[in-house]
Amino acid sequence: MDNKIRMKAENVDFFYGRQQALKGIHLDIASNAVTAIIGPSGCGKSTFIRLLNRMHELVPNAVLTGRILLDGKDIIAPDVDAVDLRRRVGMVFQKPNPFPKSIFENVAYGLQINGMKDKGKIEERVIESLKKAALWDEVKHRLHDSALGMSGGQQQRLCIARCLAIEPEVILFDEPCASLDPISTHKVEALILELKKDYTIVIVTHNMQQAARVSDYTGFFYMGEMVEFGRTEVMFTRPRDKRTEDYITGRFG
Amino acid sequence: MNRRIKEKIIEGFFFLNGIIVIGILVGIFVILVRNAWPAFHDVSVGDMIKWPSWNPDAYTTPTYGILPMLMSTLMVTLGSLAVAVPVGIGAAAYLSDVADPRVREIAKPIVEILAGIPSVVLGFLGIVLVGPMICKLTGRYNGLNAVNGSILLAVMALPTIISLSEDALGSVPRSYEEASMALGANKWQTVIQVKIPAAASGILAACMLGMGRAIGETMTVLMATGNAAEFPGSFLGPVKTMTATIAIELGEVAYHTTHYYMLFVVGLMLFIITFFVNLAADVFFHKHTRAR
Repeated sequence: MDNKIRMKAENVDFFYGRQQALKGIHLDIASNAVTAIIGPSGCGKSTFIRLLNRMHELVPNAVLTGRILLDGKDIIAPDVDAVDLRRRVGMVFQKPNPFPKSIFENVAYGLQINGMKDKGKIEERVIESLKKAALWDEVKHRLHDSALGMSGGQQQRLCIARCLAIEPEVILFDEPCASLDPISTHKVEALILELKKDYTIVIVTHNMQQAARVSDYTGFFYMGEMVEFGRTEVMFTRPRDKRTEDYITGRFG
Repeated sequence: MNRRIKEKIIEGFFFLNGIIVIGILVGIFVILVRNAWPAFHDVSVGDMIKWPSWNPDAYTTPTYGILPMLMSTLMVTLGSLAVAVPVGIGAAAYLSDVADPRVREIAKPIVEILAGIPSVVLGFLGIVLVGPMICKLTGRYNGLNAVNGSILLAVMALPTIISLSEDALGSVPRSYEEASMALGANKWQTVIQVKIPAAASGILAACMLGMGRAIGETMTVLMATGNAAEFPGSFLGPVKTMTATIAIELGEVAYHTTHYYMLFVVGLMLFIITFFVNLAADVFFHKHTRAR
């Protein structure tokens, strides 16, 4: 690997109750790069990405073993506060989920709950985040309109802006374009490529072309296991495993 | 029998049931208006508002001031909301977001059973329990007052507020909660700043329905508020609400007198107030369900 390793999953097993969703996952996530996780529905890719900022804890009966490291420190350890972790590892969800508040309030929310009180500073950061998310020009005249009045693609970029506002180090994208039209998808992909200069990015996608377009590294998940991991261009041209080849050539999935 | 005719009959049956309910509502309104109407020949609206007291049995000139009892009803209702709304929303938030699912399974039915306590029992508790407590705390010799009524009505309004608010909070999309948690918010911040605002119209509807219940409640306030037909001085003074006035006086009033008609005016006002409160609740409720 060329880039420094930012996050690392070591021998991760994960269960929903008695049902095992992930088996012995080892995965390195490089700094300032896009790591894509692909695989058919139900392969555990979304489950995996939610471990990286401990969102799995919102589900009752979730059991995790193994280690997940961020800068060499185990984030699953009991002394690590999930709230602090989530401020460093942000997340953008499959379905755009802006709050039923104004555009401005959506971005400001994360700042306010993190204790930022200075109105000027909040405004500055909101504008900066909207610009980074390539949304500023579209919304600058209606910052105080409801976010629910935006198009799906705009809502998703708003969710990205909201995530950027709290200045995370890693951003997790859980199928961010699954409910978007092609033009919006293109905008979000361009944004992801732009963001990787400053952030470490993990993206889960069921769209192989998307993985090929945006990612530097790709991991292929199948039935709770990681079948293959490598540089994206290698994986898509010379897969080592038969299952990977079958999947990316469209024989199943 | 022909299937189409059968269908028609069934359809007609349900239509009839729906119409009966509306018919009852309109019928009540018409009866109230017809019986209240003659009062306006005897007493001017200006006098009803101007007179400082409700004193139909006065030896010289009876007075029919409705402001004291309107004020009393408002005080007791708002007082009960001041208690029931924060407690109710807090309890709903606890049940929907903090409580262990097993606790919720037990606690929610218990809250709903609370709604089934007969109001006369609560009135009794007002006399033997809440009243003496108020006396002890304030040093007054009479604990039957607006505060007492407010507390009891709060207890009556709570089940409605808790149960419907909990439903409203439970119907907030999970994705809002996830978004908030993923931004590093803790449970508390998520509930206060995301879930409650998102459920606001549903919670508001719950509070309005609770308020409708409090305004119309009779037996409890009749027993617990002291029933002094004067302009209420403070929350610690006795009050006589619109409902209590009607309940006490209508049974003994001479038929077709001004006093009799005036009681229907009071009833009509009560009908209109509760009608609009419930209508408002309905509007908020639909706003809430549509927003999802």
